[in-house]
Amino acid sequence: MTSWSTGWRLVLRLCLAVVVAVVFFFPICWLAAISLKSPEEIFAYPPVWIPETPNFSSYLTLFRDGDAWAVWNSLVTAGVSTVLAMVFGTLAAYAIVRYRTGGDHLAIWIISQRMIPPICVAFPIFLLYVSLGLIDTYVGLIVLYTAFNLPYVIWMMRGYIQDIPVDLEQSAMVDGLSRLAVIRKVVLPMVQGGFFATAVFTFIFAWNDFLFALILTRSEVVTYPVQVTGYFGSQSTFWSKIGAMSMLGVLPMMIVVGTMQRFIVRGMSMGAVKG
Amino acid sequence: MADLTLENVEKHYGDVQAVRGVSLHVESGSFVVLVGPSGCGKSTLLRAIAGLEGVSSGSIRIGDRDVTDLAPRQRDIAMVFQSYALYPYLTVLENIAFGLRARKVPDAEIDERVHWAADMLSIGDFLDRYPRELSGGQRQRVAIGRAIVRDASLYLFDEPLSNLDAKLRDGMREELKRLHAEIGRTFVYVTHDQIEAMTLADRIVLLDGGVIEQDGPPLDLFERPKNRFVAGFLGSPPMNMLDVSVNGDEGLIQLADGQQLRAGEGTLPQHNGSCVWGIRPEHVSLSDGEVPSVEGIVDVVQPTGSRLFASVSVSGQRLTAELDAHAAIHVGRPITLSVAVERTVLFDKNDQRLV
Repeated sequence: MTSWSTGWRLVLRLCLAVVVAVVFFFPICWLAAISLKSPEEIFAYPPVWIPETPNFSSYLTLFRDGDAWAVWNSLVTAGVSTVLAMVFGTLAAYAIVRYRTGGDHLAIWIISQRMIPPICVAFPIFLLYVSLGLIDTYVGLIVLYTAFNLPYVIWMMRGYIQDIPVDLEQSAMVDGLSRLAVIRKVVLPMVQGGFFATAVFTFIFAWNDFLFALILTRSEVVTYPVQVTGYFGSQSTFWSKIGAMSMLGVLPMMIVVGTMQRFIVRGMSMGAVKG
Repeated sequence: MADLTLENVEKHYGDVQAVRGVSLHVESGSFVVLVGPSGCGKSTLLRAIAGLEGVSSGSIRIGDRDVTDLAPRQRDIAMVFQSYALYPYLTVLENIAFGLRARKVPDAEIDERVHWAADMLSIGDFLDRYPRELSGGQRQRVAIGRAIVRDASLYLFDEPLSNLDAKLRDGMREELKRLHAEIGRTFVYVTHDQIEAMTLADRIVLLDGGVIEQDGPPLDLFERPKNRFVAGFLGSPPMNMLDVSVNGDEGLIQLADGQQLRAGEGTLPQHNGSCVWGIRPEHVSLSDGEVPSVEGIVDVVQPTGSRLFASVSVSGQRLTAELDAHAAIHVGRPITLSVAVERTVLFDKNDQRLV
């Protein structure tokens, strides 16, 4: 009886997992299919699920016309801003935890910055960027994404660092390390899971940003979400290009999340149970 | 190896004064134990020596260097923490080698010294394991190994045995003593456990309220405590404290209920009046009718196997006696106890100091 109910439970769980997987993967598979379909197959009814002959012309067009640079622009702006936010955010979080910088309330004040709806500051930032000459530059987007991600990084890293027993750091200092070396050789290995999980979410935020990328870029550093919208014309919509560009935008994220999955799961559960 | 000198060290936390003008000289190669109740300032003092806490005033010298304002890494010390402070992401070998790598010691020398420490502490078989795969006692050995592998001037221990169970603690105590004898370095050790202090120390520094109450060889503190606090802190069960009247001229001690004990000539100090009489439980025995004795009623009997502790109500006060395991005594019955008066001490009732 027990093994029978255990078996059914397993089957139910598997069915649920399959349903969830289908729900999440269907849009991506559909996009991939569109990017490889001919124009007739895209609008065919009943729908063509798998293109008869994979058509890579949309991808070739994106690379030939230089549209694929948008993915590179996204990689540069999201990548560099993630690195900067992680470095400065971790140092700031360390200072807040170990030196009590800003007293008890600075961390709350910092995270409250993240609660401002981005659209509220979009216009002032646009004016500021115009006067500073940062419109349509890598620096402009990198600075903005770093600033927007810092509160999140500080808040998350603060929690992870708080969980490190201070004895570990003090022991390392007695053993001969400077404070910076302690952060590098003790703190970072201890928060490794949380650090990478935070970095991934930071990267995703910058990667997916549409609002600021639309307002603050023109032609030089157009990022991939903005580029995709360019294919929605008033006369016609280039579905195969949309599919191809979206796939180029999704693939890096899937690679990043896939390789970091181990850290993300560990990082998200860090601090949940005291070891 | 170096000596340690503290001069007038004070430490304040806001209005709270944790350490009050402590001056102390620790001889090179000695094993000094800072002991005292919780909150007496012993750990603060140790952390100040390590440089993990700044001092509010005073100076700290290790050898001929004034280290008062130096960072921990510049003080040339090694320290064992109460929590072991092992890095969970490193193997035992890497944990022990951590301090040597931080100081850029050549790999060959690291290897040699790690294996020397591991052999000395019998952890050679665990070098490839992670701390989570070790028992409490093994972890403590690794923590000690990480300290002794360094060629430091001074070795600090912050209650290193307090997380171990009683049996392991006894074993580790013995090993620490052997280790000190073998490597002959200067050890400063903090504990709240007076047994640890008595068994390990060449010299005990007993603190209370941020000041040194008494320091000296363990037996000096045990047998000639300067005040009632020291007498009560050292010894288990603690020293009995009975309110008595003393007539030093006639060698008489009188209890509140009128019982009188006549001490031998010259046994009592020349003091007349109220006092607190300090009697160690082991200096009380069943009366054989010849030495000074007191009468009371047995309240509680606690056999430990090797000895028997009897709580006796004497003149409305409690007197604990350490008796033979087979002593024929019964709760609620009268008992006559002999006291080795020459081994007892008297404290002034007002200032609590030794008379």
